[in-house]
Amino acid sequence: MDSPLAAHSVTLHVNGREHKLQLEARVSLLDALREHIGLTGTKKGCNQGACGACTVLVNGERINSCFALAVQYDGMKITTIEGLADANGLHPLQQAFVKHDGFQCGYCTPGQICSAAAMIEEFRGGAPSAVTELEAKDIEFSDLEIQERMSGNLCRCGAYVGINEAIRDAFEVLSR
Amino acid sequence: MNNFVYIRAENSQRALNALWETNNAKFLGGGTNLVDLMRERIEQPDAVIDITRLPMNQITELPDGGLRVGALVRNSHLAAHPLIRDRYRVLSQAILMGASAQLRNMATTGGNLMQRTRCYYFYDSAARCNKRTPGSGCDAIDGFNRIHAILGASSQCVATHPSDMCVAMAALDAVVRVTGKNGERSIPITEFHRLPSDTPSQDTNLNPDELITAVDLPNFPDARKSLYRKVRDRASYAFALVSVAAVLDVKGGRIQNARLALGGVAHRPWRATAAEQFLLHRPAEEKTFREAAELELQAAKPLAHNGFKVELAKRTIVDVLMELAGKAEVQ
Ligand SMILES: Cc1cc2nc3c(=O)[nH]c(=O)nc-3n(C[C@H](O)[C@H](O)[C@H](O)COP(=O)(O)OP(=O)(O)OC[C@H]3O[C@@H](n4cnc5c(N)ncnc54)[C@H](O)[C@@H]3O)c2cc1C
Ligand code: FES
Ligand code: FES
Repeated sequence: MDSPLAAHSVTLHVNGREHKLQLEARVSLLDALREHIGLTGTKKGCNQGACGACTVLVNGERINSCFALAVQYDGMKITTIEGLADANGLHPLQQAFVKHDGFQCGYCTPGQICSAAAMIEEFRGGAPSAVTELEAKDIEFSDLEIQERMSGNLCRCGAYVGINEAIRDAFEVLSR
Repeated sequence: MNNFVYIRAENSQRALNALWETNNAKFLGGGTNLVDLMRERIEQPDAVIDITRLPMNQITELPDGGLRVGALVRNSHLAAHPLIRDRYRVLSQAILMGASAQLRNMATTGGNLMQRTRCYYFYDSAARCNKRTPGSGCDAIDGFNRIHAILGASSQCVATHPSDMCVAMAALDAVVRVTGKNGERSIPITEFHRLPSDTPSQDTNLNPDELITAVDLPNFPDARKSLYRKVRDRASYAFALVSVAAVLDVKGGRIQNARLALGGVAHRPWRATAAEQFLLHRPAEEKTFREAAELELQAAKPLAHNGFKVELAKRTIVDVLMELAGKAEVQ
């Protein structure tokens, strides 16, 4: 019998492709993506949940992949920055980040964009944020809402002005 | 991180069996606290029992008008749930003011209850900490203790409980439901977390053989008139220095019912019962609120760097009650 500490068979569906991996239980989803699958778009900033650089989507919801054990996400649908563009070209958020200088060094950018993609879906689904009037019927996509909803993604270069503009612009494009 | 045995449980009985049969095992919820602490080698379980596929992720109505929140309901889902927003707005607000959207998508109700302190000395394995290593001493008491407790601390430990969700639940008199070797039992949330006394390594009264299955929110119509306020070093994505969860019912200018709980000030969510009793039947005005706050904070014992929390807590209490009283005027 295998040692209970031996590697686990883990299947991850990343950006529409199936990856069958053998992983120790302690391997994070972040390391599985970067080191085992070779998708290095997702970044490791702090490895402790404090920066958001490692944000990916699991079944469409944003999470910090540094805190996710890959084995825990066996069988699930993962989307990374590499999976946002399609045959028509870059995702509207990617285009808007280019247009509005939503970055300087670019290290936080994949996390910002994945986070924003899920954030827009949350917003459209009517999910409140800490600055939302809970009784309100319609929430306005204001700068305050964008900032609060994106507060889990830090930018060490301080490109927040461009990030905000890019997200607002992409939201309008996506709402057309 | 040390390696460990990973066990995925399909139902709660399997999860409990795995816990009882395995030495030094830990349940895994969202992992946002446990994985962090394992990486820092503060927690070193031999086995991790993944409970995230257990069917305990529902919010259901109870016959008495309350709600049952499954232990695996994610923080983001709990905060956004229409019944929670409507009936227990203080709870939605508290959760939404905690952590980040990504973390709230991962964090579970059970995990949030069980999260450990953010005391820097607890996290720093080079420091002495009675919570991490019983009997080693406490470097916070004479150290940099700006974020530490002003109420209910002991000579062994001055750590605070970091949760926002639990503070709102304390004001709502939530009940934690658990299952263990002796079957099921219910623990009022105000008795779930402990004061440090001389056993600071024990955060809660959950027994090592028990699984949290749900949190019950009692039927409490006044909770529609509730509010959470959190004061912190930055506008978002930071732990509370002080927070206040309050419920206030006012009729004819007099206080009919008041519930008050404080976060960031003690080893557990601090239910302000002295202030609550004082408020009852008194006029709903600033003077009353200030006197109630003074009374509650009389017992405060600030350390070298956290004296500001005493006045901050008082002002936050007054501010929150003023806002709730103002709303009552309008209605
Ligand atoms: C950067 C950062 C900022 C944060 N900011 C805030 C904040 O502002 N406010 C706030 O309130 N919180 C904050 N948090 C903490 C966060 O809310 C907690 O980490 C989270 O709620 C824990 O839930 P989890 O499901 O991920 O727990 P896990 O990490 O999975 O588990 C935590 C503990 O609970 C135990 N456990 C889990 N489920 C059960 C169960 N059903 N029965 C028995 N035991 C169980 C586990 O064994 C473990 O010991 C922050 C965290 C980070 C990393
Ligand atoms: S690397 Fe995951 S939050 Fe910073
Ligand atoms: S662009 Fe450099 S960290 Fe954001």
